[in-house]
Amino acid sequence: MLAYAIKRFGVSILVAITVSIVTFTLLRLSGDPAVAMAGEGATAADVEYIRKHYGFDRSLLVQYSDWAAKALRGDFGESYYMKVKVSEVLFERLPVTMTLGALALTFAVLLSIPLGVLAAIRPNSLIDRFALTLAVVGQALPSFFFALILILFLGVKWRLLPISGSESWLNFIMPAIALGYYATPAFMRLTRAGMLDVLASDYIRTARAKGLRPLTVLFKHALRNAIIPVVSLAAVQLGFMLGGSIVIETIFSLNGVGRLAWQSIQRSDFEMMQAIVLVVACLYIVLTYIADLLNAYLDPRIRVG
Amino acid sequence: MAVTHTDSRLPSAEEILEPSPAAKLRRRMLGHVGITLGGGVFLVIVAMALLAPWIAPHDPYLQDLAHRLIPPIWHEKGTWEHVLGTDQFGRDYLSRIIYGARISLLIGIAAMLISGIIGTAMGVVAGYFGGRIDMAITFVITTRLAMPVILIALAVVALIGSSLQIVILVLGFLIWDRFAVVMRSATQQVRNLDYVAAAQAAGCSTLRIILTEIMPNVVNSLIVVATVEVAHAVILEAALSFLGLGVQPPLPSWGLMISEGKGLMFFLPWVIAIPGTALFLLILSVNMLGDGMRDVTAPENRN
Repeated sequence: MLAYAIKRFGVSILVAITVSIVTFTLLRLSGDPAVAMAGEGATAADVEYIRKHYGFDRSLLVQYSDWAAKALRGDFGESYYMKVKVSEVLFERLPVTMTLGALALTFAVLLSIPLGVLAAIRPNSLIDRFALTLAVVGQALPSFFFALILILFLGVKWRLLPISGSESWLNFIMPAIALGYYATPAFMRLTRAGMLDVLASDYIRTARAKGLRPLTVLFKHALRNAIIPVVSLAAVQLGFMLGGSIVIETIFSLNGVGRLAWQSIQRSDFEMMQAIVLVVACLYIVLTYIADLLNAYLDPRIRVG
Repeated sequence: MAVTHTDSRLPSAEEILEPSPAAKLRRRMLGHVGITLGGGVFLVIVAMALLAPWIAPHDPYLQDLAHRLIPPIWHEKGTWEHVLGTDQFGRDYLSRIIYGARISLLIGIAAMLISGIIGTAMGVVAGYFGGRIDMAITFVITTRLAMPVILIALAVVALIGSSLQIVILVLGFLIWDRFAVVMRSATQQVRNLDYVAAAQAAGCSTLRIILTEIMPNVVNSLIVVATVEVAHAVILEAALSFLGLGVQPPLPSWGLMISEGKGLMFFLPWVIAIPGTALFLLILSVNMLGDGMRDVTAPENRN
């Protein structure tokens, strides 16, 4: 187990470094940062000044190693637009996005796992069809459009929930639903397929033949094994949600990293954009790492093979 | 008419009556609700896109400020002149929806083709050769998965400047991961089968084995992933355009139309409901088609 954990850790670090190099290069090559920062109507001298001041005139390799060395110490430079330390703003906004992600994941899991289990117990029944319809519809509804529908009904027509801001926990409900429902089809399908597989296996037949209570068989014997792949999916989905929060946070004016990313893109705030992409990517890497370890712990075949 | 069989090598009656595998597949496809329904809706949208200049009642770009925000026909004040109403510039909504199908389909299919070529090449090579090559490609896939798609797409499009071509290229170069993952495992499954070994023994070149022995046997998975990615690209384009960093006005992108109507949605919900429904139907039909293809081509996965 330890050897597996160390090996996976090494790979994760390598992935993080590669992601930072690729995104740094991508952002630098996509446009001239000095021109973007100077904005419209800037003179050539202004652009030249910014280029010198921020060191954009140096080679890409020098720029990257300089940036990476600082980033390792938690210093992502200063926001060009806000004139404050990037790390300060980032860590102030991060809890909002983490809360949103956790709530969205909770919503997705609470909705999809019971439905997936019920669908697997009675394949082709009414509830199975209902779950399938929900999955098919869920996958086809773009989250920003679903968010607008939620605002229209829950926010404006029935006045149940606030439609923007991040002052109270009520502000998080609609964004969490809008962000989380998109992940439900995947969870539901995986739970259903896993349960169908497990329920047809020999050890479940044995457990039933022993005369164990049906609910004990279902939860203690079947679900426990069927849920293993769902655990790693949950980590991956949470990672996607952090990235996808840019759309949802922008719609609901939720002051998290997603909205910050959106604002930074509009303001050509390079340092901020780079830091956000790296932090979101690293969160994803950490999440998948945890999921891998959890999987290896739950399923010994993974860590041996 | 009576036919007498004298040659015993001729097929038996059962064999003649037995439909060919292709015919069986066709029959299964036509009997599948998802494929017929999804395929039907998809064909209608494709027809809309192809025939746009002939079926659109108005010029989708023509502004008519005297006739702004006419409601669609099911409202009291709706007119047959503008069946789906007009937008805030007086442009005919139905015509914009019809032309919008072109944008969604073009971006969806083009981005899928680019990502499909990249992902399939990587997946097949990794799956076929295995070993160090597989390790390297798996690492590239893992790295790509760690990069947040929407965030990077938005940042790159904002820096380069947004246009239809840029959106297609950025999406195409970002969403190849699923192709690579699925093609890799599909190739691993057929790599060790006898007919591949036979081709190797016969001295076929690697390229030939991949193209003529491996590819035909992974094509079913390829089609399923392709549909998923068309839907994925359509959603991403809509989201980018909604945020103002995808297709630029005055192009009638459905995502852009939702974005433009956002401010009016509290009073006139149909302004966002119409392009939203169009988007929903397109993605739904593509997904149903893909799910159906998976059902009929892999009968063992039907449950």
